[in-house]
Amino acid sequence: MSNKITLQEIKKVADLARLDINDDELSEISIQLAGILEYIDKLNEVDTTDIIPTFHTIDLKNVFRKDVVKESLPLEHVLNNSPQNDGETFIVPRII
Amino acid sequence: MEIHEYKAHELHSLLKKGEISSVEITKAFLKRIDTIDPTINSFLNITHEAALSQAKEADNRIKNKNAGPLTGVPYALKDVVVTKDITTTCGSKMLYNFKPPYNATVYNHLKKAGMVMLGKTNMDEFAMGSSNENSAFCTCKNPWDIERIPGGSSGGSAAAVAAELAPVSFGSDTGGSIRQPASHCGVIGMKPTYGRVSRYGLIAFASSLDQIGPFAKSIKDIAELLNIISGHDQCDSTSVQIEIPDYTKALNKGIKGIKIGVPHQYFTEGIDPDVEKAIKKTLITAEGLGAEIIDIDLPYTEYSVAVYYIIAPAEASSNLARYDGVKYGYRFKETSQLLDMYKKTRLNGFGSEVKRRILIGTFALSAGYYDAYFKKASQIRTLIINDFKNAFKNVDVIMTPVAPTAAFKFGFAKDPLKMYLSDIFTLPASLAGIPGMSLPCGFDSNNMPIGLQILGSYFNEETILTVANALEKTIKLNYKKPSK
Repeated sequence: MSNKITLQEIKKVADLARLDINDDELSEISIQLAGILEYIDKLNEVDTTDIIPTFHTIDLKNVFRKDVVKESLPLEHVLNNSPQNDGETFIVPRII
Repeated sequence: MEIHEYKAHELHSLLKKGEISSVEITKAFLKRIDTIDPTINSFLNITHEAALSQAKEADNRIKNKNAGPLTGVPYALKDVVVTKDITTTCGSKMLYNFKPPYNATVYNHLKKAGMVMLGKTNMDEFAMGSSNENSAFCTCKNPWDIERIPGGSSGGSAAAVAAELAPVSFGSDTGGSIRQPASHCGVIGMKPTYGRVSRYGLIAFASSLDQIGPFAKSIKDIAELLNIISGHDQCDSTSVQIEIPDYTKALNKGIKGIKIGVPHQYFTEGIDPDVEKAIKKTLITAEGLGAEIIDIDLPYTEYSVAVYYIIAPAEASSNLARYDGVKYGYRFKETSQLLDMYKKTRLNGFGSEVKRRILIGTFALSAGYYDAYFKKASQIRTLIINDFKNAFKNVDVIMTPVAPTAAFKFGFAKDPLKMYLSDIFTLPASLAGIPGMSLPCGFDSNNMPIGLQILGSYFNEETILTVANALEKTIKLNYKKPSK
């Protein structure tokens, strides 16, 4: 892996993460990220051939339960927190 | 002795004897918070009304002889745990007005136990930070020296107990966010084993690491609080379905013959001599009580910062995708384009550390980099876990410092990497999912508290409590308090 992260790449990653970044921030962030990634390159010192990655520390198996209908949260309680709604749905800027 | 000076279990004894009511205790703490907290900023939201109504209920339960071990005792809750109809911000502008429509399981347990919530405590935004400087609202100060950090991310919960604004409190620990502020504020803090406590209603940062745990001024209180919050929850499939012991029973045991592992890897890089001295002195104390000190090897320790700062941001970048300005919280309104609304909402709603981690995490998970970063880090995580598993074949607990230095001054770690490196001693246990405690064990030359980290094997919180209880009785540091 290379620790050179280009401005272009940061812009692409920001786009994937749905983050708008202005040009002032971009140069500062690129310096910080380059430093952090350079440090993280330390991981290359370790031979990990045949090592199984850990995504969870406890022995997790699929957890099943009966599919029983239960009461849901009242619609108005859920909508109450939204910046804009019409009492039945969330309102967002027009998509199409 | 004033009300705020009592430990939680002592307050409960007074309540049970009828010497004081929960309403009186609650009023005393609320008054103290109103007077002192403006200089500490440990609370983001003081819930006066809810507290008094919960205290009244507790008094009724005590009167009707229907009280549990901590009924009527107040506590403070980190603002990362959702509380129905009570604003829960997670220290972020993104959730500045969020009133959760449901309760976290832990909050329900505390209500059922009859404890009284005083308010929601300050924290680094979305629990990302080691200094509390990332709170979007105000920076919490260390009660021992208000020019210094309280630690993070649960800085508010640690500072509230240190300043005696609450007898006990709760925080969350993802990479050290309970243990490190406990160490910096001179209180006890415990991260249980991953899976011991339900995460339902804990606002997610890194789901394979997050765990809720208590802060207190006595080991007995910690044991009582673990009894209340532990256990399987149907709403969290990662909470484990195994029996919960009565943790207070661990306090009846001595530590004669207990084997304490000491890894030399924790006594090298950048450790302050005062910290090293305090830890080594405590080890001698433990030896004097009959414990056996054994040198152990945890060779992958040095990779924990790099591993953590891939895995935690990767999980965070996924968890924080939900903040899009649609369902709750802040929205950037000055646009008619949906994509623009998402991107500007997240630009303005998140602080710089959160954005930095979202970028690192998105990068580490993105096409072409996944194997080199996320998979590689997850493989080394396995090696870190194996380190601990091997060590615990020969020892009962492991003792290390919590942090390389005592609390530093605000602004000390402006470079994010410098801040990340200060987490080196708490990260390995988080990555492994094992339980850990910070126990006050001394002071540095600036009179700032130093914490001893006691780590146990999976679901063996009891041995940590046994050892900590024996040390607490001997070193008696909890009697020292910050002067105001």
